[in-house]
Amino acid sequence: MSTKKFYGDGLPGVHLEELQGQLIVIEGADGSGRSTQIAMLKDWLERKGYAIVDTGLKRSTLVSQDLQEAKQGNVLTHTTMSLFYATDFADQLENKIIPALRAGFIVLADRYIYTLTARDIVRGADPEWVRSLYGIALIPDIIFYLCVSPKQLVERNFQKNATLDYWESGMDCGLSRDMFDSFIKYQRLMQAEFKRMETEYGFEAIDGNRSRRAICNEIQAKIEAMLGAA
Amino acid sequence: MSELIQKKRELMNKQAPEQITGKLIAVEGLDGSGKSTQIYLVKRWLELEGYKLFFTEWNSSVIVKNATKKGKKRQLLTPTTFCLIHATDFCDRYERQVLPLLRAGYIVLADRYMFTAFARDAVRGCNRRWVRNLYSFALKPDITFYFRVPLEVSLGRILKGRPKLKYFEAGMDLGLSNDPYESFRIFQGRISDEYDKMVSEFGFKAVDATQPINVQQAEVRRTITESIDLAEYRWSVKR
Repeated sequence: MSTKKFYGDGLPGVHLEELQGQLIVIEGADGSGRSTQIAMLKDWLERKGYAIVDTGLKRSTLVSQDLQEAKQGNVLTHTTMSLFYATDFADQLENKIIPALRAGFIVLADRYIYTLTARDIVRGADPEWVRSLYGIALIPDIIFYLCVSPKQLVERNFQKNATLDYWESGMDCGLSRDMFDSFIKYQRLMQAEFKRMETEYGFEAIDGNRSRRAICNEIQAKIEAMLGAA
Repeated sequence: MSELIQKKRELMNKQAPEQITGKLIAVEGLDGSGKSTQIYLVKRWLELEGYKLFFTEWNSSVIVKNATKKGKKRQLLTPTTFCLIHATDFCDRYERQVLPLLRAGYIVLADRYMFTAFARDAVRGCNRRWVRNLYSFALKPDITFYFRVPLEVSLGRILKGRPKLKYFEAGMDLGLSNDPYESFRIFQGRISDEYDKMVSEFGFKAVDATQPINVQQAEVRRTITESIDLAEYRWSVKR
């Protein structure tokens, strides 16, 4: 197993050679099937005898609650929100992901820095600034990006909640006053950003418009190859 | 689509300096250097003279306060999250108050600014370049006063009453010593070294903080009068 690396300046006090586990990231918009896939992967890997820790955005002990409140009130400006999310991410990276990797677990991450990066850049942040900010992040062993057309996403979101989420519709971006219209425009912007990142970060792009089984088979085959190589 | 991002970026990113008509004055220094007293006296002076003025202090954003408090109380913070949560607090105050007021032509007084973070976070082991880049969204002050004081003097001022030092305040998270007072001494010594290194990097105006308060204040006021045309910052409408 090759030693893990950070994207940039990294974190103080972490000895990379101690990180024996694997970090698997699943990225994609709300309604792209991320959580379904993660649940299926967890069952599959545990059946094979791997120990799993799952993690995701906005789940830190430190700030998740305050972050949730700030989102409700729409009171924070963009850069502040970026930094708040980065704090949440760093907390989980240091207190959950890294300890789990040190203990030899497989970490399944329901989104990682890419969603955060794309959101910031779509909102006009300086890409260099964002890249340096997330220079603290570990480079995952494999990154899956579930790509689903905006129209499919709308359908799935309506099926699930009968409503579109304010933030997932990018309503703070002033793209359109109509929520449906804004959702489509915002998701297109996000997809364009993900497309750009695909080569930069080496995503495994997965066509998420197919059945959950078909998607899962493709992901499992890639993970198997990765674990075999490890 | 990418055009739209480009346009938004232009709108939101750093303001051209000519659009900033306000002035930003910051004070930095060790705990016990007397900087808060000095900036308070500057505030009183400018207020009584009738200038457009705003005062902001470190670690005071209401929105981020809960998280900061929780993190500190429960000792949940690592050097990185400590740094990020303070940057979040700073950014909230900066984007919602400091920058809009600078654009509106105010004099903004800051009791501690990004340099406090540069010093503390470096001592905690964060990468200096990373921390500086983190704060690169913010303007540098027009004047940064650095109240320079020998370590023994500032320690004496703070520790005289044997106050109960808070965990992070004493730098206990660094594991320097199990004794909070000893830990505080070592921690402050390292912060002092960081400040000294920044004097030339950021062009601090160093003030000898062992002088009498009124003597320091006179020097501070003289520097401000010499580098800022205060007349431009009077209220144009009589209040």
